[in-house]
Amino acid sequence: MTKQHANWSPYDNNGGSCVAIAGSDYCVIAADTRMSTGYNILTRDYSKISHLAEKCVMASSGFQADVKALQKVLSARHLTYQHQHNKQMSCPAMAQLLSNTLYYKRFFPYYSFNVLGGLDSEGKGCVFTYDAVGSYERVGYSSQGSGSTLIMPFLDNQLKSPSPLLLPAQDAVTPLSEAEAVDLVKTVFASATERDIYTGDKVEIVILNAGGIHREFMDLRKD
Amino acid sequence: MFRNQYDTDVTTWSPAGRLFQVEYAMEAVKQGSAAIGLRSKTHVVLACVNKANSELSSHQKKIFKVDDHIGVAIAGLTADGRVLSRYMRSECINYNYTYESPLPVGRLVVQLADKAQVCTQRSWKRPYGVGLLVAGLDESGAHLYYNCPSGNYFEYQAFAIGSRSQAAKTYLERKFNNFTASSREDLIKDALIAARESLQGEKLTSSVCTIAVVGVGEPFHIL
Repeated sequence: MTKQHANWSPYDNNGGSCVAIAGSDYCVIAADTRMSTGYNILTRDYSKISHLAEKCVMASSGFQADVKALQKVLSARHLTYQHQHNKQMSCPAMAQLLSNTLYYKRFFPYYSFNVLGGLDSEGKGCVFTYDAVGSYERVGYSSQGSGSTLIMPFLDNQLKSPSPLLLPAQDAVTPLSEAEAVDLVKTVFASATERDIYTGDKVEIVILNAGGIHREFMDLRKD
Repeated sequence: MFRNQYDTDVTTWSPAGRLFQVEYAMEAVKQGSAAIGLRSKTHVVLACVNKANSELSSHQKKIFKVDDHIGVAIAGLTADGRVLSRYMRSECINYNYTYESPLPVGRLVVQLADKAQVCTQRSWKRPYGVGLLVAGLDESGAHLYYNCPSGNYFEYQAFAIGSRSQAAKTYLERKFNNFTASSREDLIKDALIAARESLQGEKLTSSVCTIAVVGVGEPFHIL
């Protein structure tokens, strides 16, 4: 008798793309606002971005129910941290917490592909990129989600710093100005929208800098 | 005195129907430095007299933020107070996680009271030696509760606990009829005057007295 298989899956993929770019004193985090299932659109107006701490923003694509649960867990843990340490969590600290939270469910993972963006304790932009079970790395830029295969090569072309094998060690943050980085993000989403059916409708762009947090939207193709 | 025969542990009744260990715990509250609370229709103010062990040491922390809408002032064994504050914070976070809305103050004080009652009915535990003035705001308005080590709780318009609190209570009893309609500033002023009463001649300075406020549109914070 062949092994019985489940006739349902606990997971679904709601599609969408996320991008984050770190600058010398800012960080841009962006995600589209389309939520889909299969070939259908559930809504054109869903935020995949969560403001976890004062200087730390997370964008996640994948199964939005798991994303929401993950956001709630991190939010609650951040409150506890604030009570215990009397200050906000730094972005690198939140990065480690996210990694641990994801690995905690190593054998029933959060179907969530995350990019974490923010300012480190020196005020420089930082981006952390994750897989579904918590493996993470600090990078200068990253993309996740259904459009990442289209977006990442383009970002590599525009932003890739020289090889990490080079000495002296080069910083991974881009020398681009904030306005140039935002413009790049808009270009990237417009392009991804053309070919990825799960990306479109609107892109939500969040900019974190010393002055605080700023949010803007740009329309994308709705087909 | 006959007290000594029946006061060894909390699970022994006296012939007069009293639990002396619980009453001794309430004594610990009376020995602690004063804490005062008053409420109006829209705000609740907590004031504390801070004792320092010596000129060299820092003042004890007696007011704790539990959530954006709830704060607590303690008198008695401050270590017990710290532990109970941690419990309250945890309850608020869990409730918010499940129901995505703030924990109503009345529910929190009942949970706290039940927790205190457990310690009055277990031979391997001792009652908490701390009285808590819980100040909070919820859909039903502004609230001030007093939780005692016995597991009882009462709602008050204004109250004072700790050493020399009778002087503050006398002042509050004279003025409390006006509190409901008081403005935020008048409420704070009355709290300060009540604190001064319990200081009995000592100078009222910011190092000796701490004030905290919670109100409509104003999250709980220490001034």
